[in-house]
Formats: sequence, structure tokens, C-alpha cells
Amino acid sequence: MIAYVVRRLLYAVPILIGVNIVTFALFFVVNTPDDMARMQLGIKRVSPAAIESWKHEHGYDKPLFYNRAAAGFGKISDTIFYRKSLRMFVFDFGASDDSRDIGYEIRKRAGPSFAIALPTFMVGLLIYITCALGFALFRATYLDFWGVALCVVAMSISAMFYIIGGQYLIGKLWNLVPISGYAGTAAGALRFLLLPIAIGIIGGFGASARLYRTFFLEEIGKDYVRTARAKGLGEGAVLFRHVLNNAMIPILTTVVVAIPSLFLGSLLTESFFGIPGLGSYTIDAINMQDFSIVRAMVFIGSLLYIAGLVLTDISYTLVDPRVRFS
Amino acid sequence: MEERANYSAAPDDARKRITLHLKAMKPMIQCLAAGCLLAVTACGAPWNDPYPAADSGKNILYSSFSERPKHLDPVQSYSSNEIVFTAQIYEPPLQYHYLKRPYQLIPCAAARLPVAHYLDVDGRPLPGSARAADIGYTVYDITIRRGILYQPHPAFARNPDGSPVYAHLSRQDISDKHELRDFRQTGTRELKAADFVYQIKRLAHPRLHSPILGLMEDYIVGLRDYAAQLQKVNAAMATAGHGDDWLDLTQYPLAGVSVVDDYTYRIRLKGQYPQFLYWLAMPFFAPVPAEVDRFFAQPGMAENNLSLDWYPVGTGPYMLTRNDPNRIMMLERNPNFHGEAYPAEGEVTDAGDGLLSDAGKPLPFIDKAVFTYERESIPRWNKFLQGYYDASGIGSDSFDQAVRLSAQGEAVLTDAMRDRGIQLKTAVMPSTYYMGFNMLDPVVGGFSDRARKLRQAISIAVDYEEYVSIFQNGRGIPAQGPIPPGIFGYREGDAGINPVVYTWDGKQPRRRPLADAQKLLAEAGYPDGIDSRTGQPLVLYFDVTARGPEDKSMLDWMKKEFAKLHIQLEPRPTDYNRFQDKIRKGNAQIFEWGWNADYPDPENFLFLLHGAQGKVKFQGENATNYENPEYDRLFEQMKNMPNSPQRQQIIDRMAGIVRNDAPWLWGFHPKDYALYHAWYHNIKPNKIANNTLKYQRIDPALREIRRREWNQPVLWPIGIGALIVVLLTLPALRTWRRRERSTATSGTPS
Repeated sequence: MIAYVVRRLLYAVPILIGVNIVTFALFFVVNTPDDMARMQLGIKRVSPAAIESWKHEHGYDKPLFYNRAAAGFGKISDTIFYRKSLRMFVFDFGASDDSRDIGYEIRKRAGPSFAIALPTFMVGLLIYITCALGFALFRATYLDFWGVALCVVAMSISAMFYIIGGQYLIGKLWNLVPISGYAGTAAGALRFLLLPIAIGIIGGFGASARLYRTFFLEEIGKDYVRTARAKGLGEGAVLFRHVLNNAMIPILTTVVVAIPSLFLGSLLTESFFGIPGLGSYTIDAINMQDFSIVRAMVFIGSLLYIAGLVLTDISYTLVDPRVRFS
Repeated sequence: MEERANYSAAPDDARKRITLHLKAMKPMIQCLAAGCLLAVTACGAPWNDPYPAADSGKNILYSSFSERPKHLDPVQSYSSNEIVFTAQIYEPPLQYHYLKRPYQLIPCAAARLPVAHYLDVDGRPLPGSARAADIGYTVYDITIRRGILYQPHPAFARNPDGSPVYAHLSRQDISDKHELRDFRQTGTRELKAADFVYQIKRLAHPRLHSPILGLMEDYIVGLRDYAAQLQKVNAAMATAGHGDDWLDLTQYPLAGVSVVDDYTYRIRLKGQYPQFLYWLAMPFFAPVPAEVDRFFAQPGMAENNLSLDWYPVGTGPYMLTRNDPNRIMMLERNPNFHGEAYPAEGEVTDAGDGLLSDAGKPLPFIDKAVFTYERESIPRWNKFLQGYYDASGIGSDSFDQAVRLSAQGEAVLTDAMRDRGIQLKTAVMPSTYYMGFNMLDPVVGGFSDRARKLRQAISIAVDYEEYVSIFQNGRGIPAQGPIPPGIFGYREGDAGINPVVYTWDGKQPRRRPLADAQKLLAEAGYPDGIDSRTGQPLVLYFDVTARGPEDKSMLDWMKKEFAKLHIQLEPRPTDYNRFQDKIRKGNAQIFEWGWNADYPDPENFLFLLHGAQGKVKFQGENATNYENPEYDRLFEQMKNMPNSPQRQQIIDRMAGIVRNDAPWLWGFHPKDYALYHAWYHNIKPNKIANNTLKYQRIDPALREIRRREWNQPVLWPIGIGALIVVLLTLPALRTWRRRERSTATSGTPS
């Protein structure tokens, strides 16, 4: 297994380089170094000399990918891409365009993102699986029918609606929790997190519960379930002891891959709830055309996604002994 | 069907089971009932209060910010979202009177307003009445107040022997310090004239990129050479591997700025530049002590995010005690503030408005100001309504909720707002939003009759009254020229209208009829929108940054306005970067642009049409590249004049020229609407001054009462929610039990 994991991690290197190249190219198609300088220096009364000086200071006065003027390896190394990308592979993200340490900011912001994402994920998963099992248990009854109808309605509604509606109803009309904000301490943060977590769970309910229901129903129709029933097992035992275990493989496919990404936070939720996490960090960086931050966040995102895929593969072996690495 | 048959076959069993379930649920139902009761009688502290309970009832102002400040270093900070902080911390020599209008400069850190002394080109004194052409230099001697102390800061901390505690730190010493409060010792010292001189030198610092360096190089004697000298020094330092070391500006004298004594410094300007006094009211000219600059330049500081750009150091009424722009920025009263009194005089209506009730009282009134990062307008607005923000702007989505138009067309608060005691304050901004014609464009640009009449026709056809009404909720006044109300040179009434576009009906300006525009268009050679030379329909291009669906209505409206003249308008939406690029290169044809005043002088608006400011030729601020020799001549004459009837006369002539040339479609001057809660006092919109926090006062006791009143938790929905869960669970449980007890022959689900 170790050899397999190592091989998968090595595969990640060209993927990360590819992602980095694509991010770099896309970013600089939209933003030129001059635009970035103007964004940092302001719009009023910015002189061309100040722009040139800013670019020089931040290393954006070089060619993007290929430096014809340089000699030897310098043609590659004396470029923005090389200089801005190489250090990232040793997790040195450098400074943002406003001279803040990106690594420090990421470390500081991962906590708030995780504080929302983890409970939303865990509690949500528990609720979705429970409800999906319930739908499967009561399949072909009015409970199942209305449950699925509710799921379809829930998944048709935009996430924005849940956020704005939730803030208005629970925070504004019923005054039960703060509409937005965050506190640095765990105890203080709880009341700020309740609403985004609840909205996150409700927002994800429709799609997830319906998907898991499908997984369960697919398993329920299989021979081993009929055998279990024929042996006289109750429906509960059939569902929890057999169906749930066997439906875990497709569920894991969708779930484990998402676990590492929990650190990255949610762009929309963090923005609306004023949570100082990595989601709002990314949004701010895009708005401020801060390539250093965008590139770092995309890099971390790709890395975590790859980690998620590897974890998914590993988790298969845990839930299904038939799966072996090769 | 089978299930149903089973159910009906055993009704008694089912009834018994339901009764059993209900018995089991009894404690839960009792809890629900108690919850509902609690909902009715609930009282106490609000659950939705986003602030720590310990701050309840304290003299704290709560506000928000939607955009992170990029720079807090006074040499760079220029945007309004930055100055809202720096203006409370830094004290430049001058400031604006809080209440008087027109805006009036008064001393801030200066002991008195500086007087200009004129010299000829050979340095010989000239009388105050000297002609501008004779003036070679202007000298300002600025005397500062004695006894002003800086806020507590580690850069001022001293050992018992008088040496600075934190002047020679190693990377190791700094490695565990990530915030200013990690330095245990602080100190202060008296403000000296040298600190102002040091800051003026910082304008030329090659690593700081001050936005006003280019402008000030034109005026401050020797600043251009000084900047070049520092560039060389900085390059040499970089070559020697010391590129991040402190560049000690005290070692490099600046010819035009010098220290006279501890409390006086001298600035020498080229020629005459009376607007310089306005610049002296901005944080660009606030003092920065050299030791603070040196403190932050130590190795390891920048890596740990410790810089003057992040931790401003000033002498003002407040100091920044928390800078976490991801969440919160906090200003607290500076314990070393020298003291200042609330103004005792203002405009005639101020006393009646209660704005003089605090006359003579010591400033500031508020102990702490908490600014919360709130990116989205909806939560910001709702928290204002809950009393958790003391003031709010009005977004277009909440405008109807807050404001309605009275029968007289006046904006008044809605009943809901009035019932809460909310106050509405409006003010015309010293800004102008216009539609520009690129004067270098072969169709709409230039000074030919054909192009001029085309621009004039469009100016009449595009109905900015309607634009303001639809897209600004009435918050703006259509512009008659480049100068907004409140700035010298603006004329009210008949004398102030743009005769090309309006007539005066005895009470107000009235837009000329469309027939006038059609006539002009025909004279321009485009009868009914057809180019008489080619026989082709006239197609014009509108470069905008608007791209989202929400902007579509505006673009449709604009197309409709041009279509009145049968001109086909093609919007060319683009992102802001590309848009700016087009403007810089002169590739745009028609575009929208705006300008916010730096200071209350007509020069700050009229220079936007000065030929020497042409965007394409000089990378200046004249985005239309308008260049009229007569206008430029009058501008040179007007710019240095004191406000006087002669100056007004010249401005009128300039306005006449540009109205006739119509390089701008004059657009509108936006009107700012702001809401304040009943506990907020001493509010007078001041759109030029930024250091206004010190004058404002709140009544925290009233705020606490209102917050409790408005934010009682409503608990019954929790009870109802729980009840719904129970009601859903009961039949599920019933079905479950029935299935568990059913036999194989009674039917299994398929």
C-alpha cells in the first residue's frame, strides 16, 4: 500500500505543475502586472514611474514564461512564472502584493474555515445518511414520496436564498443568533457558527440525502439483502448491518474526497457571515488581483484535492476487503 | 393497498399504539409548551448581540467596513476606506472646520494657519499682492503646537539610560513577535517639526510609491532631485545586499523643506500654489517620527507583518489598537491626546439642529470605535436595523424600506424608520460622475462643428434627470458643469445652467426639447441618425465596466436614450483593467468616469479638462484628452487666484467654453444619504474632512435600551419546529413497528 501511496503522490507533482501553469496563464490573461500595480497603488494620480517601480520591487517586471534577453537557464529562471512558482513546492508562499506573509495568513484563517466546515460536514453527513436510510426504509410510502419531493425542492433552491433567508428569519425576525460575525475564542465563536452551520446543512440536504437514498435503494435490491431477509433478519438489522456497510463505498467516493477541502472554507458562506476564513481570503485576493494569494490558494486546493483522492482510495480498502492496491 | 388493508384490519391495535406513543411523548410536549410560554415572556439580553457582553453599555461606536484598507501608511493612504482610519490617528498641520460652510481650513497640529511669503526667482521678498507671474517661490513657515505627544508605542520605549529599548533587535528577537502588543514596553515623546519634514521626505521614498509624489515634485523645491537621489541610494543599497535596510532620510537633506527650530519648519514651493494648504490638511503631510520608521525597518519585522503600513503611529485622538482587517479594526482613545474642544460656532442653523450643544467640551467623546468587516450589504443593513451598527448608508435594495419621496418630491424617512427614531442626513457629494467623449476619436472628438454639434445633441438627448431617478433612487442632481455644489465657482439658479442643454423656466432648469437635439444632429451631418456622407446609420461605441445582468437595464436605458436620435449605441462591456487600458491609450469612444474632490477648490475639478493633464499624452487625469488653448490659458490664470469675484468670472468663462465644446456629458453630482440612530449625536455631513469621529457622540444607555427592545428572542418557532419533527416521526415510528411485527405473508415492501 505504501508503494501505491508514494506512486500516487508522485503523480501529483506533474498535476500540480500543470495546475500552476494554467492558473498562471489564466490570471495573466485577465490581469497584467500593470493592472496589479495600479490596484495596489490606487487609481488616482498614479504615475507610470511608480508603476514601474512597484513592478520591479515585486518581481513583476520580468517576462511571464520566457526571457529572451537572459542567457542559458536564465531564459527560464529569470521569469515571473519560475520565480513565483518554484518556492511554492516547498510551501513557501512568500508575501502577498500588500507585503503580508501568505503562509501566516493561511494558518490564521484555516481555523475559522474549519470551524464551520467540519461540523457542517460531520453533522450534515449524519443527518443526510439517517434521512436517506429513513427514505429507503420507508420506500414506496408517502414518507418516502414527500421526502424525495422535499429533497428535489431543497436542491432546486439557490444557496444564496438559504443564506439570505436564514439570516433574515433566524437572525433578524426571531433574533435567535447574530446575523453575522465571528469571535476569536471557541466559546464565543459558537453562537456565530450555529447559523452558518445550520444553513450549510440545510442547503446540502436535498442533493446529498437524495443521492445516498439512491445508493441505499441500489443495495437493497441485491441478492444478499434478500438472503438476509430470508434468514429472518429484521428490516433494521438488514439496513444497518448490511445495506449501510455496502453502500459505504459510493458514499465514501463522494465524502472522503471532500474532507481535505474542508480547510479551504466556503466562498459564499464566509463572505455573507463575515467569517475570516480561507474562502473570504480567496475572494478578497481575486477582487484585489493579488496573484500571489490566488496562486497559493489554487495550489493548496489542488494539493488537498489530490490528498482527498488518495484518502478515498485508502478508505476503500477499509470498507471493502476485496479492494486491493496494485 | 395491502398495508392499508392491514391497518384497517386492526384498528384497535393501532389506536392503542398511538396512545402509547403519545404517553411517551408527554414530557416532550410539556417542554414544547414551556418553550412556547417562554417565547411569550422572554426577556433579558439579546441573543443575537454580535458583541462581547462585557462591552454592553459602554461608550463604543459600532461601524462596519466593506473593503479592506490596503495602506495605513500616511504617505500612501489615499482611498476613502483607508482615510477613515488614518484621519483619526494622524494629525496633519491643518484640518477643516467641522461645522462651517463653505469648508474652512483651521489649524490642527499647527499653532496657526501658515501665511504664504512670496519671493521672486532670485529669492527677493515680494509683497502679498504680487502678481502670479512675478512669484518665483512661495514659502510657508509652519509652527506647530507645543506639548503634543505621540500615542504609546514601542518605538519610543526607552531604557533608564535614555537609549531606545527596541532600536537594535535581531531576527531572533523579533521571531516571536507578530503583533505590536508583543512588545511589552511602550513610550512616547513630544511632536517635533523634524517629524513633519521627515514625512515630506518620505513622499520621495523609492519603496513607498506615494501617489502624490508626481504632483508634489512639480511644486516642492528640490523634491524631484531628491527622489532621484534616493533612487540611486536605494539601488546602491540593493546592489550591496541591503535592499531591505532602513533608508535613513535624516541623512539626506531636501532643499525645499527644512527645520527652522523644534516647533517650526519651512516649505519652499515653486511659483504660487495656494491649494497647497489643502494638501496640508491630508495625512500625506502628517508627522512620522524617524525612530518609528527605523523601528519597523529592522530585519525580521516585515516578515512578521510588522510595518508602519499596518500599525500607524500618530498624535491624533485615536490609536489603532487592533488591525485585523479580515474581521475587525479597532480605534481607541489615545491617552496622550493633547486635547481639543468642540467648536463653538458654525452655520446659522447649527444651533437649532443641536449641533452646538457640546460647544467647548473636550474631544473626543467616544472611547472606542469598532469597525467590523461586513462585505455584504444585506447583513450590514439588518444589523443596523437591530441597533448593532450606529449608522448606515442606504443601498438600492433597502432604499424603499428606508426612504420615500414626499408630495413635494423631498426624500423623507418611512414610518418604520421614524418609529425607530432614525435620522436621515443628506448631502451633495463634492463629486461628479460624467459621460466622456474621447476628444481624439475621429467621430465624436475634435473641435469641428460636426463633432461639437453631435456631442451637444447627445448631451440634450440623454436625460440625466431620468437616469438619477431610475438608477440612483433620486440621489443626485444633474450636473450643469464640472463643479459640484459646495465648491467655489458653482453657480445656483439661472446663472448656473448649461445653456446648451437647459433653459431656465423661472424656477428651475428645464432640459431642451428633443427637437433641439435633432436639429443639432442634422446640422452635424447626421439627419435622423444617418451619416449624410456615407448614408450609413451612425453607430457609436460605449465603453463600460458594467458586465453583470444587473447592469443590463442601465445599458438598455442608455441605448434607448441614443435611439431617440436614431443613433445606434453599441455598449462594449469590459473588465476594469481593460477599460482603464482603453482610456489610457485613447481607444475608447464614449465612456463613463467620475471624480471625487481632494479638496474644496474649483481647481480640483477644472484641472480634469486641462490640456496638460491629457491621459494619452501625459498620463494625467484628463480622461477625455480635451485640449482647448483658451480654456488652458484661463485655467493657468484661475488656479492660483484666491476666491474672489474675478476668479468667479474666469470660472464662468471656462464653464462657458467647456459647455459649448461638450467634451463631457455632464452627468450628475451624487447625493449621499446616511441613516443614524437616535442615540447618535453631532452629525453634520462633512464630505471633505475625514477626521470627524472626534466630534461625534453617542448615548450608550439609550442604545442599550433600544437593542433590548428590538431584539427579544422569539422562541415559538423552535417549539413549532420540534413539534413538526415529532409529528413526522410518529407515523414513521408507527410504520416501522408495524413492519417489524409483520410476517412474511402479510407483505414485504418491494
